[in-house]
Amino acid sequence: MGITLSSTILRKVAMALSGIFLMIFLAQHFVINITSVFSADIFNQFSHFMGSNPVVQFLLQPILILGVIFHFVMGFVLDIQNKRARGTRYAVYKGSANASWVSRNMLVSGATVLAFLALHFYDFWVPEMNYKYVEALPENPTRYYEELVHKFEDMTRVILYVISFFFLSLHLLHGFASAFQSMGFNNKYTPALKSFGKLYAIGIPVGYAFIALFHFLNH
Amino acid sequence: MGSNVTAAWKIHRQGAYFANPCFTQIHPTCIPVSGDHQSKLTLMSESLRNDGRIWVPKKKEDAVAIREGKLKPIDLAEEDRDYYLERRYPAFGNLVPRDVASRAAKERCDEGYGVNTTGEAVFLDFADAIIRYGKEKAHIKGLDENDLSLVQKLGKEIIKAKYGNLFQMYEKIVDQNPYETPMMIYPAVHYTMGGIWVDYNLMTTIPGCFAIGEANFSDHGANRLGASALMQGLADGYFVLPYTIGDYLADDIRTGPISTNLPEFEQAEQRVQAQIDAFMSNKGTKTVDYFHRKLGKIIWNKCGMSRNATGLNEAIQEVKALREEFYKDVFVPGTSDSFNEPLAKALRVADFLELGELFAKDALERAESCGGHFREESQTPEGEALRDDANFTFVSAWEYKGEPSEAKLHKEPLNYENIELKTRSYK
Amino acid sequence: MKLTLKIWRQENATAKGSMHTYSIDDVSPDMSFLEMMDVLNEQLMQQGVDPVAFDHDCREGICGACSMFINGEPHGPDRLVTTCQLHMRKFKDGDTIHIEPFRAKPFPVIKDLVVDRSAFDRIQHAGGFVSVNTSGNTQDANAIPIEKTNADKAFDAAACIGCGACVASCKNASAMLFVSAKVSQYALLPQGQVEATDRVLNMVKQMDEEGFGNCTNTGACEVECPKGISLENIARMNREYLSAKVSG
Repeated sequence: MGITLSSTILRKVAMALSGIFLMIFLAQHFVINITSVFSADIFNQFSHFMGSNPVVQFLLQPILILGVIFHFVMGFVLDIQNKRARGTRYAVYKGSANASWVSRNMLVSGATVLAFLALHFYDFWVPEMNYKYVEALPENPTRYYEELVHKFEDMTRVILYVISFFFLSLHLLHGFASAFQSMGFNNKYTPALKSFGKLYAIGIPVGYAFIALFHFLNH
Repeated sequence: MGSNVTAAWKIHRQGAYFANPCFTQIHPTCIPVSGDHQSKLTLMSESLRNDGRIWVPKKKEDAVAIREGKLKPIDLAEEDRDYYLERRYPAFGNLVPRDVASRAAKERCDEGYGVNTTGEAVFLDFADAIIRYGKEKAHIKGLDENDLSLVQKLGKEIIKAKYGNLFQMYEKIVDQNPYETPMMIYPAVHYTMGGIWVDYNLMTTIPGCFAIGEANFSDHGANRLGASALMQGLADGYFVLPYTIGDYLADDIRTGPISTNLPEFEQAEQRVQAQIDAFMSNKGTKTVDYFHRKLGKIIWNKCGMSRNATGLNEAIQEVKALREEFYKDVFVPGTSDSFNEPLAKALRVADFLELGELFAKDALERAESCGGHFREESQTPEGEALRDDANFTFVSAWEYKGEPSEAKLHKEPLNYENIELKTRSYK
Repeated sequence: MKLTLKIWRQENATAKGSMHTYSIDDVSPDMSFLEMMDVLNEQLMQQGVDPVAFDHDCREGICGACSMFINGEPHGPDRLVTTCQLHMRKFKDGDTIHIEPFRAKPFPVIKDLVVDRSAFDRIQHAGGFVSVNTSGNTQDANAIPIEKTNADKAFDAAACIGCGACVASCKNASAMLFVSAKVSQYALLPQGQVEATDRVLNMVKQMDEEGFGNCTNTGACEVECPKGISLENIARMNREYLSAKVSG
């Protein structure tokens, strides 16, 4: 038998699982980052822990990176397959008559989030990797808060972040419920789950935008 | 285009007798004609007659007012309504057989009481059923039976659960809401009781050729009820044929595969190819649909719910003339080696143009009224069908002789040993 | 009504095909869309032009044959109707109507608006049935008690007429709604349990081999389905499939 990913359903299940994994990460990342709004100390402690704990650095971090790569690569692969399945394109196709914009444009919102990730990695991850493993500078457990605030002094950056969070919200507005449907989860709990999903899809990105704007306006 | 007779007609031309073509059924509750463009009349299921009440206005001026849109049917008082099936047939009311209900509707409309612009429609009304079901539901739930709007709401829910899909179809086609205003219906052609003649083993007069389901004439005499096509398919295909065909094949058990290089196959293929080539090369001016619609009108008008000798003779002549005109003047576009629907239609209509003439001939031959076949010359003083058992207790099995007018009649006598033939009264 | 029709014409499976424009007068609002096409075709034939080829059969919404993509939606702008049930009163005098075939790689065009939907038949052959021994020992189906909710859901799933509007409207040309309806109608009933694992695995395998796209849960199919088949069926098939993969 063996589970190979040649089946359309299994591919979508994999997308769903990777999506849910990333959504859990988003929640966790938010919890840590929101502390920067009310306590520089707590933020520094959390960040130091994440930055030095070997399980986080050498097990969870690679898993996360693989998860991200899998999600967007698979997304592009599936999109290519889907375009091919149509064959000749319609002269007139009215997608808006029967499906929401967010559901039809996951690639657009996803690509925006991917572009944001590139910026975000450049902003924080690359300097962090450089500091710890390339230049191997001595650990300073209080540098994190200052680095964060410093990045959000630049208005262009803050604007790009906020726009990206908006597209993240669009991506989650469809992705949350879609992930559960793809895994076959559809029962009496579904309406409640969908409501929670909407709350999450708006709440988390708004939360992130708040962090960025808070630091920008308070520097 | 679907053709439910082509296979049967082809074997008829090869020697299978065709039985009782004049026994055709006209279904009383179809959506009325809305114009000449129509390709079909959609059936409103007979199940609606369980709850709907059929009526026309009692006074002609009310009928005219409704036709002209000056009066709404829901505004017509009860005492001004003629529930004519309940009036004429107290015992069966709205549940009389299809042919009886169809003829009754035609009678009222011919007299001028029809309720749509063409005068060919009667009402099928659910208002009473809605109230009845609603009151019942209110009573069961301990609510106020006298609250009209509540009763109507509850009643409509029950009607929707029973007939929702039919009501939706009606609304899409007619653009009226049957929950709020009575449905309009009129008889239209439905299934057939006639078909290929078969024996009790379901074998035709061609040895080894079996015909089952509605393609044959066997399970139905001169009339049929509802779900009969399903019944006949099951009865023949599930309970009879599996046992009888084996018996025939047992004698053939040593016959191996049959080659298609035999002269019979060559001839059959050439015959069909010749017909196709003839159609493709015909330098005509009229489309296939033109002939199909003309044929339909002749048969509906002269071999419809009510037939008479004059009309049937005319029908025979007209169909024959139309058939000749068809072969002379039909044109079929396109090529014969591509997807070509007009060509397929032409081949079907060619069959219909022969069947139509045989149908009228059979109706003329059977000078009595029996089941779905009504001859005006043979009716009771109240206008009901009058059978002539002394002269017509037989199945008319027709043998193909080249031209429909030359078809040879074989009478299969119907001998009833255990029952006496009666005439049912629906009063 | 006067209408301008822009219709896809394609001579045969290998021809390239293109949109052609035709004009038609005297369209009655009571006409069905197919009757309007019949009138157009009579007109075209009188002008010596090849009539537009299109699929049709029952002309009352139950056979699934008629299949036109009208103004960007399968079966046109109305809901819970097939093309033969779409009536011209849904359009206005002077309107332009675009008509294309149902497009998908697994639905190759045969001619004009006629596509080959035998992919659906092959999926059905792969498992859309229950095996029953019918010779001589028929059981009374009513002797097997079935929970009414399941019976109703199975009935609703069985209402699928296999028209392919789901594939046509889906931005990914996915056949999940169709296949899941056919799987669900048996998955909900005791008679379907015996072959449930093989059924879902084989039907999905065939669906994938035909080349339909992946479901991204946009829900377009459910909106456009003439029979109102529910997205719940897709979730059900996903569950059936996962459980079959794990246990089978």
